[in-house]
Amino acid sequence: MQPSRNHPVDSVMVRQRAASFTSRSIKTEAKLAGIRLAISMLDLTTLEGKDSPEKVRALCRKAVRPYEGPIDHPVPPVAAVCVYPSHVRTAAKMLTGTGVHVASVATGFPSGQYPLEVRLRDVTAAVESGADEIDMVINRGAFLSGRHGEVAEEIRQVWQACDGAHLKIILETGELETYDNVRRASDLAIEAVDSAGVLQDGDVFIKTSTGKISPAATMPVTLVMLEAIRDHFLSTGVRIGMKPAGGIRTAKSALHYLVMVKETLGDEWLTPDLFRFGASSLTNDLLRQLLKGLTGRYMAMHDFSEA
Amino acid sequence: MNPTASDTNEHHTSPGWDYSPAPERTPVELDESYGLFIDGAFRAPKSRKRFDSINPATEQTLASVAEGGAKDVDDAVQAAKAAQGPWARLKPSERAKYLYRIARRIQERARELAVLESMDGGKPIKESRDVDLPLAAQHFFYHAGWADKLAYAFPGRTPRPLGVCGQIIPWNFPLLMAAWKLAPALACGNTCVLKPAETTSLTALKLAEILREIDLPPGVVNIVTGAGETGAALAGHPDVKKIAFTGSTEVGKVLARSAAGTGKRLTLELGGKSPNIIFADAAIDQAVEGIVSSIWFNQGHVCCAGSRLFVEESIVDEVVDKLRHRMQSLRVGDPLDKNTDVGAINSAEQLRTIERYVDAGEHEGAIMHEVSADPLPTKGFWHRPCFFTGVQPSHLIAREEIFGPVLSVMTFRTPEEALTRANNTPYGLAAGIWTNTGAKIFEIARKLDAGVVWCNTYNKFDAASPFGGFKESGFGREGGRHGLKSYVKF
Repeated sequence: MQPSRNHPVDSVMVRQRAASFTSRSIKTEAKLAGIRLAISMLDLTTLEGKDSPEKVRALCRKAVRPYEGPIDHPVPPVAAVCVYPSHVRTAAKMLTGTGVHVASVATGFPSGQYPLEVRLRDVTAAVESGADEIDMVINRGAFLSGRHGEVAEEIRQVWQACDGAHLKIILETGELETYDNVRRASDLAIEAVDSAGVLQDGDVFIKTSTGKISPAATMPVTLVMLEAIRDHFLSTGVRIGMKPAGGIRTAKSALHYLVMVKETLGDEWLTPDLFRFGASSLTNDLLRQLLKGLTGRYMAMHDFSEA
Repeated sequence: MNPTASDTNEHHTSPGWDYSPAPERTPVELDESYGLFIDGAFRAPKSRKRFDSINPATEQTLASVAEGGAKDVDDAVQAAKAAQGPWARLKPSERAKYLYRIARRIQERARELAVLESMDGGKPIKESRDVDLPLAAQHFFYHAGWADKLAYAFPGRTPRPLGVCGQIIPWNFPLLMAAWKLAPALACGNTCVLKPAETTSLTALKLAEILREIDLPPGVVNIVTGAGETGAALAGHPDVKKIAFTGSTEVGKVLARSAAGTGKRLTLELGGKSPNIIFADAAIDQAVEGIVSSIWFNQGHVCCAGSRLFVEESIVDEVVDKLRHRMQSLRVGDPLDKNTDVGAINSAEQLRTIERYVDAGEHEGAIMHEVSADPLPTKGFWHRPCFFTGVQPSHLIAREEIFGPVLSVMTFRTPEEALTRANNTPYGLAAGIWTNTGAKIFEIARKLDAGVVWCNTYNKFDAASPFGGFKESGFGREGGRHGLKSYVKF
């Protein structure tokens, strides 16, 4: 494997570019189509210590039918439900045959501060319980101390443990702090899985955050990661997926992200196979804006189911 | 158009999502015909000549505009001369109030003015709204601040106004250039006769409306529309004490000759063939953004456009690939659509010039790259953004100013070679450096013959920052204290 070139990032210009996507005017049909697209890209997530089977079941129902009310044109199901490993069985049972994926965080989420064998066992257990997508965390301690080879090797082993399940690699960009680090970690993660064997489009995603650290996803950070994905595509033809997670709460903000993906990677990435939103509260704002577009009226938040 | 909207029952929608048309709908009220703005009122031209101002995106006539003759110019200069004494004697803080009022009124009518700027000139509404108008207002605000503080701008000296200033502006940033010219002149106690460019007179005439709304004393600013002859009459008028010109080097040279020996002050902001230098250690993706804004901003109708790109040889393939990729996402079309990135070419004549250069580039053996995406509108004047590789420094497209969305890409191996090639031009207006190494920035920047050097950015403007060129790009500065100096004597 040829070591990749260092890709420095200029923070002023990357922020300026990211801000430029927010000035696109997305109205009428484009807005409604964009909202539907965003709903189909959601990883509906609950990652709390107090999660219960009941809450997971409610989330799964919401995932398959995001809006229960009368609507001309049914709302598409979301892409996946994302839970802790202990709830995978409950989710898998609810989602079999629905087309909605079962994603599980693993590898000692969210800190990853466990021995590698424990993290790998975590992955295997989640896959055996029925998860077809694994959201792993990288070893930030090793990354920040410069032990990049170690981080890459761990990612390779996790990818092998996935055993056919798709992998989302969480960089936890809020802990990496600089755009240079975000870019380096993105390149490192992509190259680690790429070196482990032939990749298909959408087998692997890179993901911004666990949602447990602030700041979570931001537009400039996501842009830097999209640029790493684009560069990998230009040199190999393989499409890596992207998942910003945490902090995206409004339909307007989701549309800004879609604009950024469209103009950085192209329309080919505008599918749940290659782009996801990790979110919990975003869903109902998307629904609310969709119904506003269809009916001309805003509905109350209590008109939408909570989970 | 929109596959995702029609098959939402499918879990996996087919990729694709396009933006709906987003036309800016703010109405603009235009008269059928406009007179000359002299001594505080619109009047019919004594020349009895008129011409039409058209929308370059549709070729539709927007309004009939007066073509000022020598007699009209003389009337305007006499009005300015009569108004100059009282204007200069006005309490400086009172002069400042007028400038503040102009600035505020521009802000209040910003959207309407932006729409008109895009209709008359072809530039995307995104740019007229976010760049031209805010900067135009800022220039008046900034110079309003100086009006009663001139003694502090020139410590130990006593600045006095020059008299009547004849100001001739180009068609690429019509209202903004009017602001660049008028604001410092007025702040220093001069009065003005402004001659807008032939193809873009309308926002200047709207500015005349604003000057009336804020009760600017008659004669302080006069606006005489017309073409080259009108400008020549203004520049040659014996009572004009100062000529400020922004435009082509060709006309600049004519003006310099005509002003020689007359005692008139002269500042010229002329053409450019500005170099953008990308080193291998640069942040490439951000540098590519910089290239986009340096050559395709305002259809490349920018005097400081970074039209020569020098890329360190080891990264040229990467830069070219990324540039081509990025070019695909530029949206060319209706200037009034809020999502348009590249609008219409300003005039049929300018389009012919651009096409002539592009033909010459291909003829001389350079390789043209453009993206042929959606078809261009059938009416109007259009040119897709493009760039050339395989360009030799001796090629016409590497030497002459094209003033269009056409970039010439060349390579270099060492910093010394980059510098030599960058400076190998009759022009010296602007330059860009892209590197992640701080020391390199300082080393290269001080050796570049350019009035403005941007480092890891491009096309950034501010009223406080002087702008102007070396060599055949002209002399004199606009903006900041340097700019004030062009409008005073000691």
